[in-house]
Amino acid sequence: MAERKLFKGNEAVAEAAVRAGCRFFFGYPITPQNEIPEYMSRRLPEVGGVFLQAESEVAAINMVYGAAGAGVRVMTSSSSPGISLKQEGISYIAGAELPCLIVNMVRGGPGLGGIQPAQSDYFQAVKGGGHGDYHCIVFAPASVQEMVDLTMHAFDVAEKYRMPVMMLGDGVLGQMMEPVVFPDPAPRDLPTPDWATNGARDGRATRLINSIYIKPDDLLRHNHKLQAKFKQAQVDEVRCETVNTEDADIVLVAYGTSARVCRSAMDRARSEGLRVGLVRPITVSPFPYQVIADVARTARAFLAVEMSMGQMVEDVKLGALGAAPVHFYGTPGGIVPTAAAIVEEARKIAKAEVGK
Amino acid sequence: MKQVYAVPKALQPRATHYCPGCTHGIAHKLVAEAIDELGVRDRTVGVAPVGCAVFAYDYFDCDFQQASHGRAPAVATGIRRALPDAVVFAYQGDGDLASIGAAEIVHAAMRGERITVIFINNAIYGMTGGQMAPTTLVGQKTTTSPAGRKLEHAGSPIRIAEMLSTIPGAAYVARVALSSPAHVARAKRAIRKAFDTQLAGAGFSLVECLSTCPTNWGMAPIEAMTWLEENMIPYYPLGEFRTPEGGASNG
Amino acid sequence: MSKVVFDEAKCKGCGVCVHFCPKKVIQMADRINAKGYHPAYLANEGDCISCGTCGRMCPDAVIEVFKP
Repeated sequence: MAERKLFKGNEAVAEAAVRAGCRFFFGYPITPQNEIPEYMSRRLPEVGGVFLQAESEVAAINMVYGAAGAGVRVMTSSSSPGISLKQEGISYIAGAELPCLIVNMVRGGPGLGGIQPAQSDYFQAVKGGGHGDYHCIVFAPASVQEMVDLTMHAFDVAEKYRMPVMMLGDGVLGQMMEPVVFPDPAPRDLPTPDWATNGARDGRATRLINSIYIKPDDLLRHNHKLQAKFKQAQVDEVRCETVNTEDADIVLVAYGTSARVCRSAMDRARSEGLRVGLVRPITVSPFPYQVIADVARTARAFLAVEMSMGQMVEDVKLGALGAAPVHFYGTPGGIVPTAAAIVEEARKIAKAEVGK
Repeated sequence: MKQVYAVPKALQPRATHYCPGCTHGIAHKLVAEAIDELGVRDRTVGVAPVGCAVFAYDYFDCDFQQASHGRAPAVATGIRRALPDAVVFAYQGDGDLASIGAAEIVHAAMRGERITVIFINNAIYGMTGGQMAPTTLVGQKTTTSPAGRKLEHAGSPIRIAEMLSTIPGAAYVARVALSSPAHVARAKRAIRKAFDTQLAGAGFSLVECLSTCPTNWGMAPIEAMTWLEENMIPYYPLGEFRTPEGGASNG
Repeated sequence: MSKVVFDEAKCKGCGVCVHFCPKKVIQMADRINAKGYHPAYLANEGDCISCGTCGRMCPDAVIEVFKP
């Protein structure tokens, strides 16, 4: 039985990546995720890996592109303004079908914003972010243990689909300390993929890592291929937790840090006689639309709770498709919502929707 | 009969998309000749830029990655770090390397990244239709400097070889011209030396190739080569600016 | 076999080989190739010294040179 250790979220992500076989990290400092590159700068040399502090986020993501194209497990991490800078590279990585992990410990924006935790980059993470039609697979952990488990899973998913995978956290998740168990990594042979540009040895045909398709027909086919992969991920990779939704009148929908608060709010509301449930998307891309649709058949209303001005709420509405009203409560600017405020919102909605 | 000149094997046997007389083709051949001579085709990974050479991967017979605009040195860095025994080269134009990618090239050199960069300086943006480049000469007319580049407005053209030669990690930095048989012979030696520098583990290497853009300069191929020699070489002097054996004379 | 062999289909008729040939033995043909260019050809093999200059200067890897 693996030992439980107290780990800070950021360092837990880094250690999990190492245990998943990631040996290459390219990054650039930005608060609140600096523990990840700092940890990697110590840890990767111990296992024969490479940590390299790039000259910018732009350079870092392009180093990820090069290393991923060479066929190795590779990651980067950043926070909102830095992720904005990486978007061009992420688009190229998606276009060139390269697997990698991008950790995003979101802080408040827009612009330089603040350094406090936020969920205001949901659109950027799940709707593309860079140019062109593409999706990342985006995980939204809500605990340090879940960050560990999802990070170890993320590399497999990235390679299965040849897609960039994002770990969407925030300053709270990165900084909090919780006991975690690191699954013993099964001794795994990580073969070099058969598309990697690692030198055309032994007479094999040359390979190309590329995102340019200058003939419209080719680009059309390429886009259909990218979309087909994501459609498959929508079938096979959606993860979602539901709590107390069976009898709930009001169902909270939240991910990550705000989902932790919603769980407390749900318990408090139940103790006060309000039938409140919780849907917690674990993958926010692909989004658990079907879970929302199923819950919409029995719930009176949804309340999406986000540390933003309302972004995921649009996906909740897409899932509900009018079968139940979708309300929103948000705390932008680096503010974490309080359970009391959420309960108050739920009570108001119950009065309006259930009282009818 | 004895073969005096053979098309290098590291080139794919296909026609390029480059305009007639464009010296990109000469640079491609010199790179391919170096790869052939060193016998490293099967462990070479090239990085193509954004610009006229975006399709370079179609012309070299080795593994390739295509990079976003200006980021070829960063992509090459990722490949280099992942594949310690690969031969890694980036091929970039002057808009790509000297403008949008200025940070990436400086820091790749600063790290002494063991990559070879072939830098094509033709004083103009070719692929996009002849706009002013950071290397456009003062007075040179382009589609975005229709009255000629003005010093007080756009500043001086950037001398990349000289700038990089101040960086200790840059083990080999040279500037050559592709405008005559004698210059091409020197360019061939410089490109070979740049790859030798990489294989010796000495650090970063870059060869700036003064090149022609007959189409966007509005000149016939030979006229363009003459223009290069009369106008570019006086501003962009040729020679080796840093060498692994140069010691104190470097920089 | 000719001293200078042209992969004529790749020739873009730029004339660089013609210009730099020290013996002026290369000319541009009157006919056009599949690309629509007048290709270069060896007009005077007798005076060719097999120096290889045309091959080295050709931007399109059209030319290979041989010495008897």
